[in-house]
Amino acid sequence: MNRDVVIIGCGIVGAAVAYELSRYNLDVEVIEKENDVAMGTTKANSAILHAGYDPAPGTLMAKLNVEGLELAKELCGRLNISFRECASMVIAFTKEEAAELEKLREQGIQNGVPGMCILSGEEARLMEPNLSKQALAALLAKSSAIVNPWEYALSLAENAVANGVKMRFESDVSGIDRVENGYEIHTTSGIVRTRYVINAAGLNAEKIHSYVASPSFRTLPDRGEYYLLDKSEGRRVNHVIFQCPTKVGKGTLVAPTIHGNLIVGPNNETPRDAFDTATTAQGLDHVAQMAKKSIPSLNLRESIRNFAGVRAATDFDDFIIREVDGAPGFIDAAGIKSPGLTAAPAIAKMVVRLLEECGLEVVQKEKWITIPRPMRFSEMDSAEKRSAWAKNSSYGRVICRCETVTEGEILNALGSYIPPRSVDGVKRRCGAGMGRCQGGFCSPRALDILAKYWRVAPEEISQDRTDMYILTGETKAEVKRECTT
Amino acid sequence: MYDLIVIGGGPAGLAAAQAAYEEGLRKILVVERDGELGGILNQCIHNGFGLHYFKEELTGPEYALRFIRMVEKTRIEFKTDTMVLDVQPDCTVSMISKEEGYQVCEARSIVLAMGCRERARGAIVLPGARLAGIFTAGTAQRYVNIEGHMVGHRVVILGSGDIGLIMARRMTLEGAKVLACVEIMPYSGGLTRNIVQCLHDNDIPLYLSHTIVDIKGKNRVEQVTVAKVDDFKKPVTGTEFTIDCDTLLLSVGLIPENELTRKAGIPVDERTRGAYVFDNMETLTPGIFACGNVLHVHDLVDYVTLEGQRAGRAAAVYVKGDQKTENLRMMTLKAGKEVTYTVPQYIRVSGSADESAPVFFRVGRGILKGAVVVQAEDEKIATFNREHMSPGEMERVALPMKLLSRARVAEISVSVEDTSELLK
Ligand SMILES: Cc1cc2nc3c(=O)[nH]c(=O)nc-3n(C[C@H](O)[C@H](O)[C@H](O)COP(=O)(O)OP(=O)(O)OC[C@H]3O[C@@H](n4cnc5c(N)ncnc54)[C@H](O)[C@@H]3O)c2cc1C
Ligand SMILES: Cc1cc2nc3c(=O)[nH]c(=O)nc-3n(C[C@H](O)[C@H](O)[C@H](O)COP(=O)(O)OP(=O)(O)OC[C@H]3O[C@@H](n4cnc5c(N)ncnc54)[C@H](O)[C@@H]3O)c2cc1C
Repeated sequence: MNRDVVIIGCGIVGAAVAYELSRYNLDVEVIEKENDVAMGTTKANSAILHAGYDPAPGTLMAKLNVEGLELAKELCGRLNISFRECASMVIAFTKEEAAELEKLREQGIQNGVPGMCILSGEEARLMEPNLSKQALAALLAKSSAIVNPWEYALSLAENAVANGVKMRFESDVSGIDRVENGYEIHTTSGIVRTRYVINAAGLNAEKIHSYVASPSFRTLPDRGEYYLLDKSEGRRVNHVIFQCPTKVGKGTLVAPTIHGNLIVGPNNETPRDAFDTATTAQGLDHVAQMAKKSIPSLNLRESIRNFAGVRAATDFDDFIIREVDGAPGFIDAAGIKSPGLTAAPAIAKMVVRLLEECGLEVVQKEKWITIPRPMRFSEMDSAEKRSAWAKNSSYGRVICRCETVTEGEILNALGSYIPPRSVDGVKRRCGAGMGRCQGGFCSPRALDILAKYWRVAPEEISQDRTDMYILTGETKAEVKRECTT
Repeated sequence: MYDLIVIGGGPAGLAAAQAAYEEGLRKILVVERDGELGGILNQCIHNGFGLHYFKEELTGPEYALRFIRMVEKTRIEFKTDTMVLDVQPDCTVSMISKEEGYQVCEARSIVLAMGCRERARGAIVLPGARLAGIFTAGTAQRYVNIEGHMVGHRVVILGSGDIGLIMARRMTLEGAKVLACVEIMPYSGGLTRNIVQCLHDNDIPLYLSHTIVDIKGKNRVEQVTVAKVDDFKKPVTGTEFTIDCDTLLLSVGLIPENELTRKAGIPVDERTRGAYVFDNMETLTPGIFACGNVLHVHDLVDYVTLEGQRAGRAAAVYVKGDQKTENLRMMTLKAGKEVTYTVPQYIRVSGSADESAPVFFRVGRGILKGAVVVQAEDEKIATFNREHMSPGEMERVALPMKLLSRARVAEISVSVEDTSELLK
């Protein structure tokens, strides 16, 4: 079978490209090495849709950031993806930094960022009472927003599948051959032939590129660590609070999350390898120190989770989105570091334009459907709760006590276009296990529902990636008897 | 309209419902989110329960069953598989179940008995890789004891809380190898009898003043790095050693489950993480009472039962309109030297001569021989001698109302004097 387009990698970029291509009469397949969407950098980042004053004017990053934010707003509305325009502040603590804010604002104006202004320290503290007394000034950017990144990627991917795109999970691309009129992609689950290839493999984009051409960029993985704090800390700030960017990054931020928690991080450090998402005591200490500079009253004792994400930075200081030299019809979407999450829908549109330039003919489908994200039980008012239960009584069984996630929502996710395979897959779709007890209560229950649905032994259900098994067997029979009496 | 709605059907809730019934309330509802009554006891299949209350050694389910049998003989109404979603200060309770859907019930009084939850990895900022094979001890206990699944072969336990100690023994009995129990404090967080029976008897090493500084592995835990900590609980470089294991159990503390309480606007004490209460277990919101692990973390279920009964009786008095609090003098209890908290935090001093108020507290460090001193300003009201006090074991004294009524000031403190040092 010959595909028109194969997308390698299903992070936010792969998912956005799949979504964009699903509008057309094309045969498209997404190949992803993991068992779910958004298993790479897309699930571990700051979850901010940046306004766009950071990237240097003239870069792809600048252009696609601002375009991407506009598109994201529209998309999130249409697909009912959790999104909130909460505005951001970049804080200056010294005169030099205050001068830096002016530069950022200039840059923002050149990049086409709307709604920016510079506030004095007092003005900023009026809007953000917990802000440090040391803050001299702040750059307010009204268009900055927060989003749920994995929900965003999942929703795009699901809509793509609903419109005919094929999804091939647990398929690691291990080699690519040039064949007449296209490429033959070798994966751990078989060979796929295609005319065009989109390389959206995130941290592996360099490797995938090297299968068809000599290297033209080098990946310099850059890790950032985070604290996620309990909802009791969620109102510590109302805006995304950045510090002045330095050469290495945008500094440590403190921001509300779309679920009402508080996110604190990241730092910049070099991981052992690109897939090393471990957290470290030093890294987290550094994050804590930096964050307290902005918000001294921050209560990190309310931490409920730590995590780290790895930026796919390269030695080329911009996104790399182009047809690969000497590999016709093979398009890189590489080096997608921050603001990649923001830029993704604009990256997707650019990729489609590049495909057209390579000779792909695109014809709009007559019927193209939209599947919005279902409403969560916890978002419903009492009347909606009553009617959800009346339609399906499993909406009356609460599985996750912290986030009030019901069995009905989990069963609904299992019936969707991309059903969850793992306990964390359930978490990403329904929010079960996101709360303060971090799945202590609900994971045995979610595991049970998964095992029944997939008709496998409980030992075969994984925490997240395929081989992250949770259980190791059964207990001795005598103990079982003791329990049931 | 119910006289009383009890939220949570564990030992605290059952005792409260039973006591209120015995005091004459008839319209009582117990709401439990699990399929069965009994609370956390259902997964505690080891024995050691009821030594104080029944003067015999029962398993958790046996202890629970005694109370379940008792309440089943009454006309108390039960809703299991029903989760309370919201409590209002005017005693309206909304709940949901598969059977009956979303419901709102009204009551004249409420007893909060929701128990507690475990602290997880993120709460102690435990660094390392994101892997499978890391469980809180209670979750592992549920998998093993209730669902019959094994959670690993080579186990390390972080924290020496009782659940972790009990699980060290359980996992050993199940054929797993428990390689170490690692505790950051210089003393264990669990009961002495559990240290002996669960660790020593199974030759499991206990590393006090140690912690885990790294977790490694590809998909599941493969190795943990342990290090000694200094007086400030910071790891000491150069003291690291590694243990190859596939499972890490966390027994690093329990947190009272007070989200409903907070949402209802009931003031919560940041030390206990439970509501502030008077000596009759009433919170600062009239008609709403609290007892058991939702109020402060207990180590012995016997005291949970007693506290539950106290709350249930007080709720009955409140509903019957017999609670005459206006004329009573209110005293504030303060945690003094060596004492980390007290429950209750307030006492309404009644005139009745033979009554006393039970006061629970914990000490901040181990004390071999000490005197519990109850003081109003510089005047000592009462002294109780105690031996072997430790942060892992809750202390209890009964303060006679008679003594309290003599105090001249409205604030009294509970502190501990270390008399073992005096002996030296
Ligand atoms: C710490 C941090 C903070 C950030 N904060 C923000 C922010 O606030 N706002 C913002 O806009 N951006 C942010 N970013 C950037 C943003 O997260 C990324 O740009 C974006 O997620 C990249 O998406 P992606 O799809 O390119 O990569 P990924 O999400 O990594 O997806 C790549 C996919 O390819 C798959 N894959 C890899 N190799 C193979 C193979 N051989 N075969 C098959 N599949 C393969 C992977 O499994 C993965 O699913 C942040 C990044 C980091 C690390
Ligand atoms: C592992 C372990 C070992 C122990 N070992 C011993 C021992 O050896 N000896 C001893 O004496 N004691 C022991 N204890 C202590 C004793 O079991 C507890 O103190 C006691 O169970 C606490 O009772 P409780 O009713 O306060 O809470 P729980 O037993 O936790 O009951 C609370 C109940 O409330 C329900 N609930 C919570 N929220 C809601 C809601 N929103 N809606 C409806 N229902 C809700 C819960 O499902 C639960 O059933 C042990 C405890 C544990 C965890």
